[in-house]
Amino acid sequence: MQKYSGFGLLKHALSHHENWQRVWRNPVPKKKYDVIIVGGGGHGLASAYYLAKRYGVTNVAVLEKGYLGGGNTARNTTIVRSNYLWDEAAHLYEHAMKLWEGLSQDLNYNVMFSQRGVLNLGHTLQDMRDIQRRVSANRLNGIDGEVLDTQQVQELVPIMDCSANTRYPILGASWQPRAGVARHDAVAWGYARAADALGVDLIQQCEVDDIIIEDGTAIGVSTKQYGAIYGNRVACVVAGHSGVLAKMAGFELPLESHPLQALVSEPIKPILDTVVMSNHVHGYISQSDKGDLVIGAGIDGYNGYGQRGSYMTTEHTIQAIVELFPIFSRVRMNRQWGGIVDTCPDACPIISKTPVDNLFFNCGWGTGGFKAIPGSGDVFAASLAKGEMHPLAEPFSMFRFNDGALIDEHGAAGVAH
Amino acid sequence: MFYIYCPYCEEHREEEEFHVVGQAHIDRPLDPDSLSDAEWAKYLYMRKNTRGLYQEQWLHAIGCRKFFNMTRDTVTYEIKETYKVGEQPTVV
Repeated sequence: MQKYSGFGLLKHALSHHENWQRVWRNPVPKKKYDVIIVGGGGHGLASAYYLAKRYGVTNVAVLEKGYLGGGNTARNTTIVRSNYLWDEAAHLYEHAMKLWEGLSQDLNYNVMFSQRGVLNLGHTLQDMRDIQRRVSANRLNGIDGEVLDTQQVQELVPIMDCSANTRYPILGASWQPRAGVARHDAVAWGYARAADALGVDLIQQCEVDDIIIEDGTAIGVSTKQYGAIYGNRVACVVAGHSGVLAKMAGFELPLESHPLQALVSEPIKPILDTVVMSNHVHGYISQSDKGDLVIGAGIDGYNGYGQRGSYMTTEHTIQAIVELFPIFSRVRMNRQWGGIVDTCPDACPIISKTPVDNLFFNCGWGTGGFKAIPGSGDVFAASLAKGEMHPLAEPFSMFRFNDGALIDEHGAAGVAH
Repeated sequence: MFYIYCPYCEEHREEEEFHVVGQAHIDRPLDPDSLSDAEWAKYLYMRKNTRGLYQEQWLHAIGCRKFFNMTRDTVTYEIKETYKVGEQPTVV
């Protein structure tokens, strides 16, 4: 792999930037791999990378039906935080946060991780009690967090309407300084490039149409473009389409796929240097390095695979944003899109073995998967290498729905689901 | 924005009046005491999550307040039919 550096940039400037090596190969799949990962988004690529880098399994294929990082990795609002209430979730997301902090160096690829802090606003007395409780829980888990009052919130974000004259006045917020945003595409590309360099085959335009099962054990997948590809272990990391793959393998998952929308404005000068999220009025906003305001909406209540959302949801979100930031009322929106998120009843992911041997699923990240990419990839890779679930992944088994040990993050994580 | 025909009001109304409830035709267990944990999980949590034609339950929340069912394509979002609770879908 060609190492990126400032010196390299200067050197290539001399040859008019015409001789850069391709970022990854485009190989034809082999007949058999140690691990087949279905899904070339952030989580799948990170899993492949950590398998090769940390756990010594390099005979790995990533099968992607479209192009790498073209699903929810490219469709989210890029927020990274780890201020989750329950121990299981907090440990997993904090594991990811620690990997985020060294990720650009690790991958030799600038993922533009910017720890500009995240505010979760409270608008009611109950909100503030929940925030107190969550921040206390976070601190006991070694995660940074503070409870701010209205005055402190106003100092951090002077353009926000923190007056008492609003419909839902801001009473305070939780503040995680280490949280922030990252460049979503760079995360997929960085992992892909680094995984490819370690020998992982990234196969794009390769759609899985069946999972090959013999005597209750997965032995490979059947693909539309390349026929059967065999693997000792098959890992499905396909977000919104997990249900479709589970059906191929003959079981159901407790998932429902919903459209989740986001929108960005035209680029404007720097005005917002942190991330503001509000559970109560439901909207969240940050400003990208390019200058556009990145706004996240809630999910549409109905199931959908159409990668677009309803106008009703857009309108509700914009109402909340304008209520918080009257200054943005005349900003024009540039683009709007939807991603398909697979939501679990307890709003926590599934990182799990399945009723089929050697078939693993990593799904159910719902509305909050982007921030978890490094941690999810690492624990999933460890599990795939050993065939036994990593301790951080164990609580997220799909069988928790049978025994009732749900991880009730629903609404407790600082954002409504 | 959906424009939904309520089979009770017998009128088309805008989506904002309605609330989606989830997968339709989930039968409540007749003998709950005899269910295994896995069977309970199946009843409570496991969903078909179909890509394509899907039967789901809706509530006319700020209309007649009645539940009804809908057959809808989850890819094109086209509503094929709505029908009363207790009736069977004609588009499957």
